[in-house]
Amino acid sequence: MAKTIKSRAKAKGGEVTVKALISHPMETGLRKNKKTGKNFPAHFIQEVTASANGKQVLVAEWGGAVSKNPYLSFKYNGKAGDKVTISWVDNKGEKDSATTSVR
Amino acid sequence: MKRRSFLKGTLAGSTVAIAASAGLLAPSQVLAAWPKAAFEAKNIQDAIKGVAGTDATVASADIKIKAPDIAENGAVVPVTVSSTIAGAESIAIVIAKNGTPLAANFKLSSLAKGYVSTRVKMGKTSDVIAVVKAGGKVYSAKKEVKVTIGGCGG
Repeated sequence: MAKTIKSRAKAKGGEVTVKALISHPMETGLRKNKKTGKNFPAHFIQEVTASANGKQVLVAEWGGAVSKNPYLSFKYNGKAGDKVTISWVDNKGEKDSATTSVR
Repeated sequence: MKRRSFLKGTLAGSTVAIAASAGLLAPSQVLAAWPKAAFEAKNIQDAIKGVAGTDATVASADIKIKAPDIAENGAVVPVTVSSTIAGAESIAIVIAKNGTPLAANFKLSSLAKGYVSTRVKMGKTSDVIAVVKAGGKVYSAKKEVKVTIGGCGG
């Protein structure tokens, strides 16, 4: 699968800020295809999991109201050198995962 | 030498695939817990109830919502929620006037700080409500965002 996650993590004073961009259409299922008159089928990320050094930090449950090519940022107690893994699963069962080290 | 670089090339290509298959066993198991009813709820009360367990929220000044006063493009509205409430378990973002108000729910572990930032779609001018669950209580705060071009439908 093509790489869909771009992430960056930076430590500052015992706190790590993680920023991630995921490329995904985030189709709500309500938008109309003008050519066919039918709605585009729903296709959005339902769950994003983030962990640091194998320990779960955050689980994000998303609906179709999250923007296309979603951006996610969060903070946790950690340090430089931590391995931050971000993975997502969408409503079609597609998924991806990426790991970055904290700078 | 040639062989070495060939190896490197294949390795780089396959790590992504391995990472994807190895890292995702856990989330797909968790996925069963995705609160379908809450995300499909058509009103704010049901949406909040679906993620927080109750719709009785207490307004709190400890929750800060950072969002634009006027969003030119409703399809991409940056929203940042930060809370100083101790022991926050989850932060939900609810868009009051969207067809399905619940946009996102972030479950925080003890490692995570009370801070999340993302971008959401907004159909029209509406309140953005942040719902923070901590220690069995549910707190909320809201901020109005004016939308000049809606982000739903097309």
